[in-house]
Amino acid sequence: MSRAVVTGIGVIAPNGVGVEDHWAATLSGETGIRTLTGFDVDRYSARLAGQVVDFVAEERVPRRLLPQTDRMTRFALHAMLSAFEDARVDPADVDEYEGGVTLSNSCGGFEFSHRELNKLWGQGPEFVSAYLSFAWFYACNTGQVSIMQGLRGPSAALVAEQAGGLDAIGYARRTLRRGAKLVVTGGVESAFDPWGWTAHLSTGRVSRAADPARAYLPFDAEAGGYVPGEGGAILIVERPEQARERGAPRRYGEIAGYAATFDPRPGSGRPPALRRAAELALADAGLAAADVDAVFADAAASPDLDRAEVEAITGLFGPFAVPVSAPKSLVGRLYAGGAPLDVVAALLAIRDGVLPAVPGGTRVPREYGIDLVVGEPRHVPVRRALVLARGRGGFNSAMVVTAVDH
Amino acid sequence: MAQLTTQALRALLIEVAGEDDGLDPSADITDLTFEELGYDSLALMELSARIGREYGVEIDDDRLADLTTPRSLLDLVNGSPAEAP
Repeated sequence: MSRAVVTGIGVIAPNGVGVEDHWAATLSGETGIRTLTGFDVDRYSARLAGQVVDFVAEERVPRRLLPQTDRMTRFALHAMLSAFEDARVDPADVDEYEGGVTLSNSCGGFEFSHRELNKLWGQGPEFVSAYLSFAWFYACNTGQVSIMQGLRGPSAALVAEQAGGLDAIGYARRTLRRGAKLVVTGGVESAFDPWGWTAHLSTGRVSRAADPARAYLPFDAEAGGYVPGEGGAILIVERPEQARERGAPRRYGEIAGYAATFDPRPGSGRPPALRRAAELALADAGLAAADVDAVFADAAASPDLDRAEVEAITGLFGPFAVPVSAPKSLVGRLYAGGAPLDVVAALLAIRDGVLPAVPGGTRVPREYGIDLVVGEPRHVPVRRALVLARGRGGFNSAMVVTAVDH
Repeated sequence: MAQLTTQALRALLIEVAGEDDGLDPSADITDLTFEELGYDSLALMELSARIGREYGVEIDDDRLADLTTPRSLLDLVNGSPAEAP
């Protein structure tokens, strides 16, 4: 059985930049949801977002790369450098063909593209940056990380809307199985210029609430949609023996199981496939549902999708059988960055024995049958956690994260 | 049309393609290669577009590929009125 341990984490989140800042904010219920800034959002139907406000690209992104990078790529480089530092790995020590990069992205570089397309239509083609050729691209983060750190092993960019982050980490595990020693994985996202914001709103599922505390209430009786967010997490994963050999200072946990499924066509009458993804991920990990200590939910916060998710959870575990955590409620849905941030939450829950809570005041309908952690974080030993993610268009992914010696 | 100075060229390069953090701001870059300075072909395309707009000198892509140092670029921009439209 191939194994993959997480040895380094880098986080950019609306409620904190850096793993420990974000985690402390999450446990104290500090929200990153606020009125979107950067343009006049008053003319739009939704105004609240999980925006990263204390990010200074110049702190970590080389000056050489600033003119050619969108905000999403600056996030990726920043989080990637933090992850390497956390793992105490000098990328120069990694054989170039034994290190891979598998990141997820689902929006591309909206802000950069918008600015350059404005020049195209406003001034003319000769004013458009040559860097637009790749700065917008889904694979750009993977490419820039690979180039900057000289990692030329198996690499990929995975796109599956909000589920893609788990697919990227699952693919990283497969990459280790194929012989790589270290893989940079996870994903980050950012699309908060007016064009990106309009694209977010086009889903029809974005919350129009005005009160940040009531805007994104997964599994609440009054759930009225989600709040889009930006940021995400980048992880360093290694084979356990490699981590041991080099004396990795931290092993947060193991990526023990992963599976992805696709929903049947709408109207087919067949059930959605989230539960099946969870079952396959557990089987991949060699675990039973009863072995799982916590579930990190996809947390769509639309009644129909919430109901589908609780059916998957209660169908698999039974009613009120496992604590469900939804730390997304404090940062919004981060697209390709959302699931990797949930994997980080699962790893830190394992480390610290505590599950983050959704804001107090959340009222879960009794008939949902789920034990959602509400109001105060719950102190409980966590050795094995299941992370669920769904992407618009039918994507389902599930990942089992365990303590290293579970 | 104004002459392109080394200083102005460097400022343009930084604007369109950044600069390596390790490079001494007072260093004379005139005879270093673009490769040594960390600029690839896209950076030079960016630079050439800016020079075209601000100095009225069009540099075609084949010609651009032959330019290896800031000096060769300065010579072309300042020394060849025939290149101007």
